[in-house]
Amino acid sequence: MSATSSTILNLPDQRTASLPKRSYLNNEDGLMSWLLTGDHKRIAILYLISITLFFFIGGAFAGLIRLELLTPQPDLVASDTYNKLFSMHGIIMVFFFLVPSVPATLGNFLIPIMLGTKDLAFPKVNLLSWYLYWIGGIFTLTALVLGGVDTGWTFTTPLSTHYLNTHVVTAAMGVFIAGFSSIFTGLNFIVTIHRMRAPGMTWFRMPLFVWSHYAASILMVLGTPVLAITLVLVALERTIGIGVFDPTKGGDPLLFQHLFWFYSHPAVYIMILPGMGVISEVVSTFSRKRVFGYTAVAFSSVAIALFGFFVWAHHMFIMGVSNYSALVFSLLTMLVAVPSAIKIFNWSFTLQKGSITFETPMLYAFGFMGLFTIGGMTGVFLGALGMDIHLTETYFIVAHFHFVMVGGMLMAFLSGIHFWWPKMTGRMYPESLSKLAAVTTFIGFNLTFLPQFILGYLGMPRRYHAYPPEFQVLNVLSTAGATVLGVGYMLPLLYLAWSLKYGAIAGNNPWQATGLEWQIQSPPLTENFIEIPIVDYEAYDYEWLAKKMEQEVTTVG
Amino acid sequence: MHISQVLWQFLIKWLTASALFLREASTIAPYADALYFFLLTITVIGLVLVGTLVFGFSIRYRKERHPVAEQVEGSTLLEATWTIIPLALFLITFVWGAILYFRIYNPPTNAMNVYIVGKQWMWKAEHPGGQHEINALHVPTGRPVQLTMISQDVFHSFSIPDFRVKREVIPGRYSTVWFQATTPGTYHIFCTQYCGTNHSAMIGEVTVMNPDDYQKWTQQSTSGMSLAQNGERLFASMGCNSCHSGSATARGPNLAGVYASKLQLANGSQVLVNDAYLRDAILNPSEHITAGYAPIMPTYQGQISEDGLIDLVEYIKTLQSNYRVQQTLTTADSNQQAPTTPGAVKP
Repeated sequence: MSATSSTILNLPDQRTASLPKRSYLNNEDGLMSWLLTGDHKRIAILYLISITLFFFIGGAFAGLIRLELLTPQPDLVASDTYNKLFSMHGIIMVFFFLVPSVPATLGNFLIPIMLGTKDLAFPKVNLLSWYLYWIGGIFTLTALVLGGVDTGWTFTTPLSTHYLNTHVVTAAMGVFIAGFSSIFTGLNFIVTIHRMRAPGMTWFRMPLFVWSHYAASILMVLGTPVLAITLVLVALERTIGIGVFDPTKGGDPLLFQHLFWFYSHPAVYIMILPGMGVISEVVSTFSRKRVFGYTAVAFSSVAIALFGFFVWAHHMFIMGVSNYSALVFSLLTMLVAVPSAIKIFNWSFTLQKGSITFETPMLYAFGFMGLFTIGGMTGVFLGALGMDIHLTETYFIVAHFHFVMVGGMLMAFLSGIHFWWPKMTGRMYPESLSKLAAVTTFIGFNLTFLPQFILGYLGMPRRYHAYPPEFQVLNVLSTAGATVLGVGYMLPLLYLAWSLKYGAIAGNNPWQATGLEWQIQSPPLTENFIEIPIVDYEAYDYEWLAKKMEQEVTTVG
Repeated sequence: MHISQVLWQFLIKWLTASALFLREASTIAPYADALYFFLLTITVIGLVLVGTLVFGFSIRYRKERHPVAEQVEGSTLLEATWTIIPLALFLITFVWGAILYFRIYNPPTNAMNVYIVGKQWMWKAEHPGGQHEINALHVPTGRPVQLTMISQDVFHSFSIPDFRVKREVIPGRYSTVWFQATTPGTYHIFCTQYCGTNHSAMIGEVTVMNPDDYQKWTQQSTSGMSLAQNGERLFASMGCNSCHSGSATARGPNLAGVYASKLQLANGSQVLVNDAYLRDAILNPSEHITAGYAPIMPTYQGQISEDGLIDLVEYIKTLQSNYRVQQTLTTADSNQQAPTTPGAVKP
């Protein structure tokens, strides 16, 4: 073994190593072979390129927002422009990055392989979902190029329907269409997980990554149609004035928020659950130990998905909903926080008695655990009715959901990308540089968003172009942090691109992980497996892996 | 300027200008802060716990010290521990939060009422005594103040961070919030619900004054006409008094004493007459027919501004007899006795 004592990284001898002659990457050549592919791995790569593009567009908007907020005066851009910046930032990041991030890239790539099958149940639907994503994306980019949209990502009525002259319908159409891409992805996963598991791959032998995607897929399939209906109603209200949300026509403006949050709260779990799946895989692999309380973690994903549907009105505690419905929704919100706490403790105890190493994916996973704990606990602040009154609609809530979505999901996404990059491309990235990126991201993130909690408690409202001067110091800190964070995100883009050509050959199983995906060549064949594997061992069985490797050595020797 | 000077100024500014904690200027604020610090404490404890576990295990079980992992299959006892303890803490938070919520949103009965109308991008405050303010609100210390709020266009949200109160201001519906200010001074009013271009300019100041100063202020800044007086004028000019004249043969129900009474409707239900009911009955009369009357009242949707509606509501609130109604209608019959109200069940 070439690995030193402090690492499990196990690369083949670089002088003799070579990439496999045939893999999904070089099976067919030419642009059309990519654009018309049915291969889940190629579609995952198409998605990865697309969401990276949208992430950096959304990130550029975030940068401009933070730059504007450097000073209390509205001096960098006009108010309308500022409103467009945060609206486009939200729409792009939520619908075109976070929702598809892990499921459409890593999930797409890995779920069939983890289940021991050759592709998803509906390869063409899978490709269609990527095209729908892009049609939605083009609508949104068109709205952007034509002058932007300033509704906020929440499209709140009656502002969006009666009071704005921007491209609301175009942007709403974009989100509407992208929603179908998410429904198709979810549908594909559910059918694949139910029907296409390899012989011996029982439900409780599935990796937790698959469990969390299963839970997220249920949310995608059941929740997204409600968003679609809501956006259609907004478009109809704007164009022909049907009056569902218009009080002067007997409509109810609050109804919009009920419908919108009925999707958009579960959407938060669509975004975070797949990330939790990544963390389970990474923490297990780098502590060489089965995930502590596998069943508890699996069921907590499902519990989150179920409870997630019944907490939407906690976004509306101050909006004049009845006090008693507020009570019920607050109680349910407290209950949904419990499965997340269970997961955090299970991951922590997975480390106990392990044999821990600290490769890049693990550093990102540690970052996730810290930031998600803060994000989750501050969610409890907001779920407590009386506290919510003071903290909602301020920077506290901005900081809270960025801790969950960016500190949680984006850290998990980067952890997953660094973990499976050698599998996807067959090459390693530079280890020390990637560790530096993980640490930079963590520091930058905290510097950006911790001051925002204080700002929120002090009362600074969200979506403010100008603010009272006493808030400046904390805003300056936040902007400084955003700069560091930006560097942290640029680094992986550079060294991962570099590694495509110059990275060390990774070999089949650089991390000595147990998943089925690590038992095949890197990058995999188009058909994944030469013969369909028969699974006769539990998930995360490191003793099975050790035996298998020993056997291989004796066979070859 | 030299860079160290910039940093020095930044440090000075940090130490002097930036607070970490907020003033407590209402009776609610200490209650809200108590919950805040409780939550902050359990967050820090939780974070330290997770941090200790992660770092502790990372040091104790790193590969150099612990080269071979021992496989451990979960533990029901531990699982139960970290299910039950967080659950218990969250339930305590739930109860505490709920108590605070009811404290903030249930006004005491003796609260003085001020109307707030939100519109893009300003706040109008209307005191019953006829003081009108824009992006400002004057209130006395030591007296509960209830705000009855409505929006003329989009959703707004009325927030006074130093009082720890906030409530959405909704188009087409009254919402209320109350507070009792404790410390004289000026405090921020923010609109916290995104409402379009100048959202961040929809700010104002609430001025808290000693009761004596407040008394002086009300006398100096009155417009000379109370809201009810404005309402009375509107009542006459819109022609309301031709049906709601209070006489036995009138086509509309008598409005004297109707506020805060229980009213029998034509569809058999009973309603409590409050601000929201009165406003709705003016705008959508066909949905609120008093028992014994024909549905002949036209809708006033789009004909009266929210301010006008507030004036009318205030007028009807103060209407104890129909003497003035009839006097404005026919000066000759102005000395008639007001008849009793049919359909109004006295509470």
